[in-house]
Amino acid sequence: MELTTVWFGLIAVLWIGYFCLEGFDFGVGMLLPVLARDDRERRVLINTIGPVWDGNEVWVLVAGGATFAAFPEWYATLFSGFYLPLLLILVALIVRGLAFEYRAKRDDHTWRARWDLAIIVGSFLPALLWGVAFANIVRGVPIDENAEYVGGFFNLLSPYALLGGVTTLLLFLTHGALFVALKTDGDIRHRARALALKVGVAAAVAAVAFLAWTQASTGSAGSLVLFAAAALALVGGLVAALRAREGWAFTGNFLAIGLAVAGLFAALFPDVMPSSLDPAWSLTTTNASATEYTLTVMTWVAVFFTPIVLLYQGWTYWVFRRRIGTQHIPA
Amino acid sequence: MDPLDIARWQFGIVTVYHFLFVPITIGLSALVAGLETAWVRTRKEEYLRLTKFFGKLFLINFAIGVVTGIVQEFQFGMNWSDYSRFVGDVFGAPLAVEGLLAFFLESTFLGLWIFGWDRLPRGLHAACMWLVHIGTLLSAYFILAANSWMQHPVGYRYNPDTGRAELTDFWAVLTNKVQLVTFPHTVTACYLTGGAFMLGVALYLVRRRSTPDADRPMYRTAVRLGAVVTLIGGLGVAVSGDLQGKIMTEVQPMKMAAAEGLYETEAPASFSVFTIGSLDGSEERFAIKIPGLLSFLGTGTWDGEVQGINQLREKYQQTYGEDPGATYYSAGGYTPVIPVTYWTFRLMIGAGIAALAGAALVLWGTRRGRAPTSRWWLWLAVALPLLPLAANSFGWIFTEMGRQPWAVFGLMTTANAVSPGVSAGEMLTALITFTLLYGVLAVVEVKLMLHHIGKGAAPFEEPPSPTLRGPGDADRPLAHAY
Ligand code: HDD
Ligand code: HEM
Ligand code: HEM
Repeated sequence: MELTTVWFGLIAVLWIGYFCLEGFDFGVGMLLPVLARDDRERRVLINTIGPVWDGNEVWVLVAGGATFAAFPEWYATLFSGFYLPLLLILVALIVRGLAFEYRAKRDDHTWRARWDLAIIVGSFLPALLWGVAFANIVRGVPIDENAEYVGGFFNLLSPYALLGGVTTLLLFLTHGALFVALKTDGDIRHRARALALKVGVAAAVAAVAFLAWTQASTGSAGSLVLFAAAALALVGGLVAALRAREGWAFTGNFLAIGLAVAGLFAALFPDVMPSSLDPAWSLTTTNASATEYTLTVMTWVAVFFTPIVLLYQGWTYWVFRRRIGTQHIPA
Repeated sequence: MDPLDIARWQFGIVTVYHFLFVPITIGLSALVAGLETAWVRTRKEEYLRLTKFFGKLFLINFAIGVVTGIVQEFQFGMNWSDYSRFVGDVFGAPLAVEGLLAFFLESTFLGLWIFGWDRLPRGLHAACMWLVHIGTLLSAYFILAANSWMQHPVGYRYNPDTGRAELTDFWAVLTNKVQLVTFPHTVTACYLTGGAFMLGVALYLVRRRSTPDADRPMYRTAVRLGAVVTLIGGLGVAVSGDLQGKIMTEVQPMKMAAAEGLYETEAPASFSVFTIGSLDGSEERFAIKIPGLLSFLGTGTWDGEVQGINQLREKYQQTYGEDPGATYYSAGGYTPVIPVTYWTFRLMIGAGIAALAGAALVLWGTRRGRAPTSRWWLWLAVALPLLPLAANSFGWIFTEMGRQPWAVFGLMTTANAVSPGVSAGEMLTALITFTLLYGVLAVVEVKLMLHHIGKGAAPFEEPPSPTLRGPGDADRPLAHAY
């Protein structure tokens, strides 16, 4: 296989890792005002993701760095083109990340309320905007012959792209609710499961509409299989939730998100950023890529170190496997 | 405003800001890990109390380091897309490797450290902080390798067909001779910074009236530990900085000439500690000079020849062609802005030496069980953490502005690096957003830091055992929670 294809696949894997993991962090953050009734319960929610959110976030940093190294043209066009949405995402990630660390460091009601708001908004914006961004990448945007994006801000907000945003938003909400159901104890666990079912149905509707639309406009045989599998996993997860099988429900949703993102990348291939102006100007895995030598070096690094990372990240989830409830929150 | 100007202001602001937190993270992670290891081995209560106290300050600092780092990762693509296209093949690789090797390590093991007090055996818990520290060193190594390549490109080939730089030897990039002196210099500067931070905080607590007398010996331990680390770091900084001067004279002679404002080639060349006059060199009113020192810094001998700006300007124009002309960030003819390079170089060294002197003074004042008594020490407590931060910023501003007008030395000018497709309005939005946000965060951070410093170290408490034994154990509160 061509190394450019391998790296396209690896970047897909990094984004899948990011959405499957940080997806529930975003969901938990957004559910703060919905699921928790008082400060203690809010702290239960935050502490379900406390030890892991930062490690989850690194997936996007590595995805960005790997894109820079393996497909410099893609990195350059994407990040300079989607300038303002990216700025919003950055601001959101900044305030949200600080909020986790700073919120409990002062015993002051207003202080905590402000950081809660930072967590909620800081989770909501990326959950929505990553979907918008990916929909735009897959559908194609105005890219000129110099590989510059020339579409402006509002061009990014087409109905299709907005549907993509709503899809990730709802999927992540469901993901977060299922994660809370899996990681907590007591009343909050039951509320989370009930909520996951309701949001999950809406997420399923949005996801099926979005994936079908994607398949109809840019799909391939590969993406069809992946999208169908994603839909099955999504429904399977919901059925498991209905039967109170929290582990399976979360796994189903996890797979659904991963398969859907994989399908989007399959629909994109071999382009990395199609141009809506002229197909000849599209960025592809070949014309946007780094040289063979760089890709070879990077492949060796990835082959050696990715398994190690997966091992210790997995170990963290094992160390913090116990459910937590309000009784565990120190005064 | 020109997008180029805005992009440069933004890069300067967010990067200098990021690097206020980075050195504290690197230095303090080692100190906290060391304190915890000391506790595991000796079981002396004061070590655990100090671990937790400085651990908390470390976390407050680390959080801002992380979130400002995210901006760094993406801004090359956002504001410097032509640069990214040109260098991605070479420059992207260390950045990606940094993420995979360093950021995962740091963030995962820090999560384990923060929440793992009642989940991990003691030794393993301390090891987590050591792994965080190793992560910060790896991170520094790879990002500095990327930066060193911009100072002195190696291991690449220019491809005229694509108009891009292509990597030919990754090992050469990782062992760039500039990198081999920049990494030790930067990392020892970080130890100096972390040590001075601990020293300053603890000195304040020793001196403060409301500190319980029983706690004073504990803070005194931290004062002395901080002072020793500051001195060791300072020694490393001086030695590595001296080596750096030689390498710099070799690969970027213009930067060395600009650092002294040396217009005509001299042998031996003297180093002026202080100059009043017109800095374009036309007139000098007052100067304190150390004969031969510049020769020594640049060449290793007291009478070596140091090339002057005028001679270099001619040479550069022969090598690189047409004079790109003077702008406010370059004096024309491939010369950086002399007052900036001249003063930042001196301020870096000066602030560093002041911090060293302060640390030495404190070590002397606390010798053989003595405790500092006069109010005067409080000023040192405030100044000591700030001086190295200033030295770091000046060092970077010197290194980066001294390279101008180049973004990649000899290959790409900064003017050609900026994103052509991003409008001035968009960039201005980003610049204003980051500046305001970072301003607010600075206030919040400093207040929170002071709040926790004011509270002092919490009383000793044995961390709960990681194994569940008794019936009520499953319901015991978490050892740490957000
Ligand atoms: C000499 C060291 C050094 C230098 C020059 C830089 N950084 Fe940095 N960076 C670190 C040392 C560091 C660190 C010590 O590893 C940090 C600081 C606080 C932290 O959490 O890790 C970090 C954090 C950090 C993060 C967040 C990592 C996480 O989530 O854990 C990113 C994405 C970057 N940095 C990226 C950059 C980029 C693209 C830089 C260049 C322009 C840069 N840093 C300069
Ligand atoms: C963290 C420490 C760093 C600081 C404080 C710093 C500071 C600066 C400053 C002040 C400038 C502006 C110079 C000017 O415009 O005249 C600059 C330029 C630049 N630096 Fe650094 N730098 C740091 C590290 C790095 C690293 C590690 C890289 C690359 C990996 C880098 C890449 C660049 C680039 C691309 C420019 C050109 C853009 C510009 O001129 O503004 N810098 N840096
Ligand atoms: C004996 C005193 C020192 C000498 C001779 C010295 C020398 C140098 C030189 C020559 C450079 C520029 C390298 C280049 O552009 O190629 C530099 C950069 C720098 N210095 Fe220093 N320095 C000294 C003290 C300090 C201190 C005390 C600090 C901070 C605490 C510091 C922090 C830095 C930083 C962060 C940089 C930019 C990164 C780099 O290029 O390494 N320096 N120093």
